[in-house]
Amino acid sequence: MSLMLEPSPEKIRSQRVYAEMGLSDEEFAMVENILGRTPNYTETGLFSVMWSEHCSYKNSKPVLKKFPVTGEKVLQGPGEGAGIVDIGDGQAVVFKIESHNHPSAIEPYQGAATGVGGIIRDVFSMGARPIAILNSLRFGELDNARVKYLFKEVVAGIAGYGNCIGIPTVGGEIQFDPSYEGNPLVNAMCVGLINHEDIQKGQARGVGNTVMYVGAKTGRDGIHGATFASEELTESSDENRPAVQVGDPFMEKLLLEACLELIHNDALVGIQDMGAAGLASSSAEMASKAGSGIEMNLDLVPQRETGMTAYEMMLSESQERMLIVVKKGREQEITDLFSKYDLEAVAVGVVTEEKVLKLTHKGNVVANVPVDALAEDAPVYHKPSSEPQLYRDFQAMKIEVPNIVNFKETLISLLSQPTIASKEWVYNQYDYMVRTSTVVAPGSDAAVVRIRETNKALAMTTDCNSRYLYLDPEVGGKIAVAEAARNIVCSGAEPLAVTDNLNFGNPEKPEIFWQIEKAADGISEACRTLSTPVIGGNVSLYNETNGEAIYPTPVIGMVGLVHDLTHITTQEFKNPGDLIYVIGETKEEFGGSELQKMLEGKIYGQSPSIDLEIEQQRQKQLLNAIQSGYVASAHDVAEGGLAVALAEALFGTENLGARVVVENEAVTALFSETQSRFVVSVSPENREAFESTVQDAYCIGEVNNNGVLTISRKQEGLVIDASVQELEAAWRGAIPCLLN
Amino acid sequence: MKFAVIVFPGSNGDIDMFHAIKDELGEEVEYVPHTADSLAGFDGILLPGGFSYGDYLRTGAIARFSNVMGEVVKAANEGVPVLGVCNGFQILLEAGLLPGAMRRNRELAFICKPTQLVVENNKTMFTSGYEIGETITIPIAHGEGNYYCDEETMKLLKQNNQIVFTYDGENPNGSLEGIAGIMNENGNVLGMMPHPERAVDQLLGSADGLKLFQSIVRNWRENHVVNA
Repeated sequence: MSLMLEPSPEKIRSQRVYAEMGLSDEEFAMVENILGRTPNYTETGLFSVMWSEHCSYKNSKPVLKKFPVTGEKVLQGPGEGAGIVDIGDGQAVVFKIESHNHPSAIEPYQGAATGVGGIIRDVFSMGARPIAILNSLRFGELDNARVKYLFKEVVAGIAGYGNCIGIPTVGGEIQFDPSYEGNPLVNAMCVGLINHEDIQKGQARGVGNTVMYVGAKTGRDGIHGATFASEELTESSDENRPAVQVGDPFMEKLLLEACLELIHNDALVGIQDMGAAGLASSSAEMASKAGSGIEMNLDLVPQRETGMTAYEMMLSESQERMLIVVKKGREQEITDLFSKYDLEAVAVGVVTEEKVLKLTHKGNVVANVPVDALAEDAPVYHKPSSEPQLYRDFQAMKIEVPNIVNFKETLISLLSQPTIASKEWVYNQYDYMVRTSTVVAPGSDAAVVRIRETNKALAMTTDCNSRYLYLDPEVGGKIAVAEAARNIVCSGAEPLAVTDNLNFGNPEKPEIFWQIEKAADGISEACRTLSTPVIGGNVSLYNETNGEAIYPTPVIGMVGLVHDLTHITTQEFKNPGDLIYVIGETKEEFGGSELQKMLEGKIYGQSPSIDLEIEQQRQKQLLNAIQSGYVASAHDVAEGGLAVALAEALFGTENLGARVVVENEAVTALFSETQSRFVVSVSPENREAFESTVQDAYCIGEVNNNGVLTISRKQEGLVIDASVQELEAAWRGAIPCLLN
Repeated sequence: MKFAVIVFPGSNGDIDMFHAIKDELGEEVEYVPHTADSLAGFDGILLPGGFSYGDYLRTGAIARFSNVMGEVVKAANEGVPVLGVCNGFQILLEAGLLPGAMRRNRELAFICKPTQLVVENNKTMFTSGYEIGETITIPIAHGEGNYYCDEETMKLLKQNNQIVFTYDGENPNGSLEGIAGIMNENGNVLGMMPHPERAVDQLLGSADGLKLFQSIVRNWRENHVVNA
């Protein structure tokens, strides 16, 4: 590779070398205009990665502007490694979600592992101690060898990285649908804890200060990963395997501990993860944010391989590296600090006044470009948007209530759908307990992690039902946020803020861009109504295989605050004799439902509707009831409807059963996916207090200890009479059975 | 009683062990780095879980050469209580303080979940607070917990009552005879795959592990404080 001659500027222009790197003709002309000359090979590489969608958000910026990003508790909104929200007592929670979809499609173990590694670095680069990891995964149906392989390896990759570094993987969600068959989604979220005074910024301030490179050496892995992430996947994407990085969680564990010691050293000025576009983006962004420049000597960059070119070093996405800026003259201290952890910390450059990124290599200037042009001033596109005919067709459809003969068999089949079935096979591979703070483990509505030395805890979840978004991106976007908040409230926490991962197809297609816009409108409105600002996130576009886009999947990561440990609530029923309530009325809503998908093999029609005002009011009332101690268990009614929610509330209990009577027509009552509903159980002595706190609560039955779920309808009598054991066996056995 | 929690590069159960001793047991505890030259002044030594040296080569294989391990072996030979949990157990095996070896889990996947253990021997300084045959809930979290030894060693383990814990019911990892924890012949070195330090607070699901630490303290006091 080192012997290969780099094309000259003339050749880059005449042979359109820039196009292979992802720059359009117009963009290349812009670069020439900015520089006043034709860029060389390294410079062309810098612009191509920095102007990729992955780094610049050039196609999504106008959409991201829609999100509410401020709030009285928001200490850091979008723009830094991760967002930060105040949780009182001088502490704050730091969190962000990020995708690693394309790498995982090609090399699932390393793709997923390095996705986890990257998001952890984003959090500790803010100065925070990472305390939990979550994820959101999408795969095709588990009916062929390739999907099974992707699923197993992604889970193993997440486990391999998270378990080794010692941060518990406490929650997540997984859905299976043919639209993800060639393009799985792997989104990882990390949550950290920080004291206000320790908050760091990724800024290269102070002319003359020293730029240091810390962590693992740079190799040739992951070159142009950001560009690769900004293209559609095709049959030849396997050739891009070198663009997938390889992770070393042991190295990251050392880097994590070293950096958390570093933040207490006043020599530190700024710190940033070398993530996508590695050294190129970290240096350009740190300088641009501080209004300064950086001059680096690439000969000093620690290298894992010989003969690396400037282009390769700048674009490498080797993992477990950070760029830091320290006060001039204090370099040795920093080197000594890192050497305690057997890590390198090497001075590679200085902060300069002139706002340019100037790189030298072997005595030559190999790049000299304005930092703002690379970072802040990347082009922004307002892509054309058009409402698809498919959407109008869906809206015009009238959906009949499905005809069901055997309700019990239908419930068992629903519980066996991999999207609903127990995810134990997955989360038992994750160390969800390390750090001994996981109060509510994976499997309930939201995970809950206590904050040591306080009486508080954090609830966290990821959510997105992309089927609803496929039918109606705006309503689906609202539902994604609302459901995440429902999970948080059910666990006894007050929703604080959101991080989102916008996974969509190719934005250059007007129908796809329309989905992005509408979803963002829905998310924004829900975030405003529910007072959960978006404090950061990630955009992953071009999720298509051979021209077919995934369902629109804007994953919502949400964190909430449990004000008192006694508020922590889980979804399981607790005591025989407790009354069972459903909060919210049920309508005939089957568009995009699990039942529709199961019975017809496809989804169509209108998605369930949602009234955000009602949603907000109910959440507030339920949280109030939980905090007042009136509620024994709480679970949101989601995929599969009320029957599935009731069954899930019985799983994992000591032989509890439930006797329930519904009023509606039975199919609707049991399986409709009407939004803004909850199943809660309440001890009889709290009946009055609960009913006066929560308006739309209907008592539908009671918990008993006979291990049987019976559901009857007032007029027709018994509809379901099933042993919980039988239901639970189907629910627990489904995924292992599909994998064998 | 003063405990040392040994911290190797890649240890990650060190914090949990530290807090179990300090917050729940209420005894003195300090982190001791892998570079330490001495363990003088410590009455109990705890080797925590994690992935020392990234589990490279083989679990525990590199950690056992670290500086502090010479001191751990010395202390073990002097009769100081030594507890190795998970990766700590693996290190004790590699260091030769306990017999046998660890293989990958039967299903070749990491497993994290609460397990039921049977207390096979309660006449030890680690388990005297339990009843013999008592079932306790302690979680596991490992990829290599499939204990193995040759027949001769197994005979000796049984003969000397060195098997301290076994899994109750389902054997999660394929471990020989369902072994979850063994001690040395002397009875002062215990290695176990399940994490007692993760089971010291009912808030997190179980406090059954606390008795193990309490047993260590009680036995130490009987030998050191009462006789003093």
